[in-house]
Amino acid sequence: MNRINRLFQNKNKDILNIYFTAGYPGLNDTEKIILALEKSGADLIELGMPYSDPLADGPTIQESGQVALANGMTLKTLFNQVQSVRESSEIPLVLMGYFNQVMQYGEERFFKKCAEVGIDGLILPDLPMDVYESDYKKMIEDNGLTISFLITPQTSEERIIKTDELSNGFVYMVSRSSITGAKSDIENQQIEYFNRVNAMNLQTPKLIGFGISSNETFTTACQYANGAIIGSAFIKALPKEGAVESAVEGFVERILGKVSNVV
Amino acid sequence: MTYKIDPRGYYGEFGGAFIPEMLYPNVEYLRKNYLDIINEPAFQKEFRALLKDYVGRPSPLYFAKRLSAQYKTNIFLKREDLNHTGAHKINNTIGQILLAQKIGKKRIIAETGAGQHGVATATVCALMGIECIVYMGAIDIKRQAPNVARMRMLGAKVIPAISGSQTLKDATNEAIRDWINNPEETHYIIGSVVGPHPYPDMVALFQSVISEEMQWQLKEQTGSPDPDIIVACVGGGSNAAGAYYHYLDKENVRLVAVEAAGLGVDSGESAATSVLGTKGVIHGSRTLLMQTEDGQIIEPYSISAGLDYPGIGPMHAHLIDSGRAEAVSVTDKEALDAAFHLTRIEGIIPALETAHAFAALDKIKFSEKDNIVVNLSGRGDKDLETYIKYLDEQVDK
Ligand SMILES: Cc1ncc(COP(=O)(O)O)c(C=O)c1O
Repeated sequence: MNRINRLFQNKNKDILNIYFTAGYPGLNDTEKIILALEKSGADLIELGMPYSDPLADGPTIQESGQVALANGMTLKTLFNQVQSVRESSEIPLVLMGYFNQVMQYGEERFFKKCAEVGIDGLILPDLPMDVYESDYKKMIEDNGLTISFLITPQTSEERIIKTDELSNGFVYMVSRSSITGAKSDIENQQIEYFNRVNAMNLQTPKLIGFGISSNETFTTACQYANGAIIGSAFIKALPKEGAVESAVEGFVERILGKVSNVV
Repeated sequence: MTYKIDPRGYYGEFGGAFIPEMLYPNVEYLRKNYLDIINEPAFQKEFRALLKDYVGRPSPLYFAKRLSAQYKTNIFLKREDLNHTGAHKINNTIGQILLAQKIGKKRIIAETGAGQHGVATATVCALMGIECIVYMGAIDIKRQAPNVARMRMLGAKVIPAISGSQTLKDATNEAIRDWINNPEETHYIIGSVVGPHPYPDMVALFQSVISEEMQWQLKEQTGSPDPDIIVACVGGGSNAAGAYYHYLDKENVRLVAVEAAGLGVDSGESAATSVLGTKGVIHGSRTLLMQTEDGQIIEPYSISAGLDYPGIGPMHAHLIDSGRAEAVSVTDKEALDAAFHLTRIEGIIPALETAHAFAALDKIKFSEKDNIVVNLSGRGDKDLETYIKYLDEQVDK
């Protein structure tokens, strides 16, 4: 069974999913960060493929992508790093990136390679659901990968149902109408949206992301979904140079409330 | 075979809407409603009246006698430079501001390269009393300063895009991010035939007034509504789309798309997308774009801010890929020389973008009896600093 589905079978609440950009801050930090995240208690990792023009991302993730590309990060290197880390890690890995990257690698070749190196799932925010259904669903399923589509406060009920049908890892509940890394408290308006979606009793687990940055916001998000996704705040916590391990561990401990939020 | 949009929002294999979910509700609303809104008689009436009385249409089709004599053929200039604000861009912004009002939007955002689309957007926002924010690459802000001043005078807020190459591509990224952050009140007026469906078709429809007029103007002047050749520069491709539109399916009319080669197609400093580009996705549309093997978008270069873009609209990708249109690339220097040539032989100072179209006359084949229309997409006031610098360099040599 796919590691993502196994995770949700064994644990259905308080799931901590951490996003970071592969090859940031250093080209060879990818594996170190994955291992440190696993050790310190993250449940799931979203590995970002750095992209020159990430439309849905705010400055923090954009800049980390620029640094990673300048470090020489490529898809080939990324796949090698994942393959290597799989010798010592079983944490579920979701690859997140833009559809153009998949297209240039060759869609079928890309999905095969993901499965081969030990990627479990995909998030491709600019791949439309109808194109996925007609052109790629079978290819992705045949390679044993999951896919997660996004919903936002503006997504219609009909479309949420469709998202639930097509997503098979988790549904990515974008907490607010924004790019990544926006301001970080959870307001009443968002809670109403979370409640509205919860009342629909979706079959797929849900993770809330965008603007989750602290123990407080993580805990709140976990009340309304199976867990939450943290990206920009984690990237900000990484040192620009030097060893990453202690920063990773300290961050996860703060989010999980194992130490006080005050550093 | 048709070269217009198909019901799925594609031109052949190009087009579509590859957008994150955050943009879906707005883009989907437009997709479902744009044709009904545009085709409504009341909308058409208002649109046509503004084009006539505010923009100053029809724009003349001028037979360029001396240029024709020199090239030993018949060259007509479609004078989009004479429109209010000085380029074709306002045809589209008039249409989109009316549409934005119909759908109740209160805030307008736009991207701009040369600043012509920014000025045209700021103008219609002033006309309608709507808030206007224009994203512009930091490099373009420097090289198109007169247009930045015009936008500010018109009351628009110009926000520099400081990522990437700090040009049109990056301004477009920032505008899209703004729209993601402000989905409810805001309409995004895209300035060219790029972006997710329905934008390429919507912008082409608003610009199609150019070829609509060409038909009767040519008939009056030559006896036939059809020219032999239409030449236009292509950044994203909106002036070309407008000039081609009513001739797309008339295969006897040759379509020439002129791209910016920058310092030369093989120099590494170029924006000749149809030569250097491969199939991929940029700004929500499947098209041709300049990219690495890994799908990273390559920073383009052209002296002309309006052509300095690593993609082309999906309509043009299809026209070129299918062989319907010929692509020609023109370097910075060739464009500069063509600008001076046109100015001195016809007394018309073209925009740097437009100058590329005139340089193409040296690169295409035609006969003595051909009727050629060059779409004179804009005037060169904004480029005087660049032109005079070039002139001084020539004098120094
Ligand atoms: C005068 C003029 N012509 C052409 C262009 C290129 O745009 P498009 O290819 O959409 O016509 C611009 C863009 O700024 C322009 O200002």
